[in-house]
Amino acid sequence: MTNVTQPTLGRTVVLSLILATAWLLWSGLYKPLLLSLGLVSCAITVVVIRRMKFFDDELYSLHFSWRLVRFWGWLGKEIWLSSIEVAKIVLHPKCPISPRTVELHTNADDNFTQLLLGNSITLTPGTLTLDVHEGKLTVHTLTDAGAKALLSGEMAAKVNHVTGVKACSQ
Amino acid sequence: MFAVTSAAIAITMALALIRAINGPSQYDRILAVNMFGTKTVLLLSVLAFLMGRPDFLDLALAYALINFIGVLAVLEFFKTKATGADS
Amino acid sequence: MMNLALDTLSWILLLTGSVFVIIGGIGALRMPDLYTRMHAASVTESLAPILILSGLILQANFGLYAVKLSAILLFLLLSGPAASNALASAALLSGHGMRSQDTKDSA
Repeated sequence: MTNVTQPTLGRTVVLSLILATAWLLWSGLYKPLLLSLGLVSCAITVVVIRRMKFFDDELYSLHFSWRLVRFWGWLGKEIWLSSIEVAKIVLHPKCPISPRTVELHTNADDNFTQLLLGNSITLTPGTLTLDVHEGKLTVHTLTDAGAKALLSGEMAAKVNHVTGVKACSQ
Repeated sequence: MFAVTSAAIAITMALALIRAINGPSQYDRILAVNMFGTKTVLLLSVLAFLMGRPDFLDLALAYALINFIGVLAVLEFFKTKATGADS
Repeated sequence: MMNLALDTLSWILLLTGSVFVIIGGIGALRMPDLYTRMHAASVTESLAPILILSGLILQANFGLYAVKLSAILLFLLLSGPAASNALASAALLSGHGMRSQDTKDSA
């Protein structure tokens, strides 16, 4: 997908456009002084990010597809359901928790899939990613049932489906 | 309606402060401070509508950025202190 | 008519958000150890911002302020897991203990 002759150039242009739009939206004042300040800060940001070699990183080639938006919808539903579970436990007079630590193996080897999976798990109340290391995620769960739901691998399958395009093109 | 929401957020900020005061470990305190910070962002956003001051939204965004960086910086400090590594 | 529906929806979102914010705060006080407290706190850091900020976006008439609110929401949702993950791994690294009834499982 990014097999342009100079991928970093295209990404620099896209980033500059995003930064300029953000500046124009946020300041709302179009005086010469403020516009030039915005130009300078956008330029400094782009130079610093280029020096960080951020454009060479695989993470930047994130493609906002409809799959990601659909995944957000699914994740929102999951967050809602598990928040209700956690709320029930918190309001229960005896606090019926059964904390566990489970290890989840993902067959994805690229950073972005692991990042998305780890962050989605942390974002869902009741499950918390402790550590991510080479396809192995250590997850702390509030209840036994949460651990079982996680080990059934539904979320991992969904995440793999989102990033499936990228895995095929490599 | 905005008043109810801001009152609820303020109550949770008070609860987070209680957690920050009686600890017991430093990580509990950081957790409470992080919670307090995100609640501040939400409170600022609601206050923007409650008081009719839309510029509070910019403050909320700036506070979100500062809170995130601040929590990470404190954690990094504790991490290097715990492992005894001096960089 | 349309306005009334939008208003009602945003009130419902704001009220539910308020309820979950308070529940998360109570949970952070009631839970017995650090990691379980983080589960309770994550209710106030993922669901509550989604509900409250969506409720506010509906009040903003989809103008510039709606864009700003979406940016705040996006940043909170992107930075929240990173901060909790950093906190959890720092606590784990320093040997902060869990409750004794923990069991390790592998899949």
